[in-house]
Amino acid sequence: MLTLLSEAPKYGLQLRQEFEARTGEVWPLNVGQVYTTLQRLEREGHVESDDAGRDGAQKRYRLTADGERELHSWLRTPPRAGPPPRDELVMKVQVAIRLTQVDVTEILQAHRRRIVEEMQRYTHLKADAAPEDIGLGLVVDAELFRLEAVVRWLDAADARLRSHPTRPKPSTPAADTSPAADAQDARSTGRTGDRAAGARR
Amino acid sequence: MSVVLSLRQVSKVHGSGGAAVHALRAVDLDVVAGELVAVMGPSGSGKSTLLTIAGTLEEPTTGQVTVCGSDLSTLSADATARLRRRSLGFVFQDLNLLAGLSAVENVALPLELDGMSARPARAAALQVLDELGLTDRAGHYPDDLSGGERQRVAIARAVVGERQLLLADEPTGALDAANGEAVLRMLRAACKRGIAGVMVTHDAQLASWADRVIFIRDGRVVDQTAPSAGPEALLASDPTP
Repeated sequence: MLTLLSEAPKYGLQLRQEFEARTGEVWPLNVGQVYTTLQRLEREGHVESDDAGRDGAQKRYRLTADGERELHSWLRTPPRAGPPPRDELVMKVQVAIRLTQVDVTEILQAHRRRIVEEMQRYTHLKADAAPEDIGLGLVVDAELFRLEAVVRWLDAADARLRSHPTRPKPSTPAADTSPAADAQDARSTGRTGDRAAGARR
Repeated sequence: MSVVLSLRQVSKVHGSGGAAVHALRAVDLDVVAGELVAVMGPSGSGKSTLLTIAGTLEEPTTGQVTVCGSDLSTLSADATARLRRRSLGFVFQDLNLLAGLSAVENVALPLELDGMSARPARAAALQVLDELGLTDRAGHYPDDLSGGERQRVAIARAVVGERQLLLADEPTGALDAANGEAVLRMLRAACKRGIAGVMVTHDAQLASWADRVIFIRDGRVVDQTAPSAGPEALLASDPTP
């Protein structure tokens, strides 16, 4: 918002359209988000509006000197650095290697295929777009590199499992009470069906 | 759509007895004109063997390979070599551009080897170089070209003339992201003009340029991507439960 306003004073609806156009329309914004953000920026003194009497749709906003400083400081601020987010895929694979009735390689491949399909859609979007559409290119590249990293993690996991096949150790007390141990039990005694299916959940 | 490359139950075994290595096991694959197929798999999965067999550079142990309508097992060595020169184009990691020939001479070479006289071969080569944005580099020798330019010349050489099948092995090699993307745009464009393309890679970004991605593991085709759903699917909600 601050970047767009640094070019010229703008109306709220115009800000929304320009934001979407410049980010390749990958992150759609609703009008509500635009006005809540503008109100907050106004409260903080980063923007000011003329026509104070009118409602949001007709107000034109402009950047203040304080907003200009905030913009330059924001551009240089690293994105949030916190603990790594909880990764659902890593968790699923962690769980899968505990389950004897699950082919982990096949699970890794199912995720690999799904991600490559998603990458194909992004790449084809980029391939068919005009080369001067820099905004789209930047957003698509960011997503492609992120997805590629996941595929590389899957490949590394695959190689790791090949060189060190991991299976639960039935002798440890923890494994004895785990669903995986139950399933192994069910298999070794010929019992299948409900219990094994339950363990898969 | 016409099938340009067809593999039926193709297997390749190197060595024999206890030392036998099964590079490919009963692979079936069809690639039609205008389609770019990526073959993805880890090192040693058999993907390069698949490419050399499709390229008539190696024979399968068992199975049938049909290239541009010809069953390779029925062709003489001469006829196979002719098919390879005329209809197949190769883009390999080590480019094999001849250092003593300029860019345009390198591109014209396969046409001249196939009996075309120098002048029309040169004209055809210049036209392809022009399409790939290399007109002003045509007279340069490989040593005077950047890595990206050399790779584009290799692609020009692979698509010049009446090629029907383009075979690429890690075609972006050590190129940076921008040059790699330029190379992939060219491969994709060549396929859109009607050539069938097969590209082997371990790189998911490279593979994602293809219309279809085949996954190979231990010599077997284990999976492939669904037909493209189009970019609008990106805006659909997260498919994971």
